[in-house]
Amino acid sequence: MSHSAAQVQKDVKKYLVVFVALLCLTAVTVVISYLHLPVREAIILALFVATIKGGLVAAFFMHLSTEVRSIVYLLVFTLLISLALLAWPTMCAEFPILTLY
Amino acid sequence: MDIPYTVHARPDTGLYNAKLGIWLFLASEIMLFGGLFSSYIFLRMGADVWPHGSSILNVPIATFNTVVLISSSITVVLAWAGLAMKNFNQFRKFMFLTILLGFVFLGVKAYEYNQKFHHGLYPSTSVFMGIYFTMTGLHVLHIIGGLVVNLYFLGPGSKMWKSDPDRFLNRIEVAGLYWHFVDLVWIFLFPVLYLL
Repeated sequence: MSHSAAQVQKDVKKYLVVFVALLCLTAVTVVISYLHLPVREAIILALFVATIKGGLVAAFFMHLSTEVRSIVYLLVFTLLISLALLAWPTMCAEFPILTLY
Repeated sequence: MDIPYTVHARPDTGLYNAKLGIWLFLASEIMLFGGLFSSYIFLRMGADVWPHGSSILNVPIATFNTVVLISSSITVVLAWAGLAMKNFNQFRKFMFLTILLGFVFLGVKAYEYNQKFHHGLYPSTSVFMGIYFTMTGLHVLHIIGGLVVNLYFLGPGSKMWKSDPDRFLNRIEVAGLYWHFVDLVWIFLFPVLYLL
């Protein structure tokens, strides 16, 4: 990852664009909430927009788009483990064996 | 004694020490907040009734706080960029703004909590209030931690800019990564608690 002054100077424009995008997506999030959509659709839409915002912060502000692969793999692994931990109790009703009882 | 790889990347990982360290730490933080988000999901799934966030919580004020935190993320990136471009004054200006915005966030949260207490709403009042205070409370503690670190780097820590500028640049990058994570948590916390 290059830290040269010239490279960073160019990146500043990207950061500012991302900042404006984040503000717009925040407005979108709030506006959508006022539409009072059914709960299921509201949750899916809200989390979808939040994921895009989070993705922008992670990719650009946290430099993940130019970071070494191993860090990205670490984070993907972490998220998969989190999802697995979340899925485990959820699936217990359907698959009682998962209760390990 | 010189610690190796504080500035230049290790050939095997491609990272300098602090960057690997902070990402490992942030991975553990994902597990921490992930666990609480999971708790929220199970509590809500198991509840007979669950209030809509906006019926209890103040959406406009939390929207303002979201903008505050997103702004603090751009300012911390610009602080790091200032250092990368050898502009120490830009670093100081934007790090100061980052810290200021962090305190604004805390102030708004303090007001919010106060309002809840004033209306007799405490963590023990309901499951919703319990998970609300737990998640936002833990987030607030993370903000405070980040502010302490950022204040140190704005203050006494900035001496390293004279003695070892590249290492200081890396320290600011790593502090920024932590701060962005705190912002990222709020980006999910805000819609989940306030808008759903």
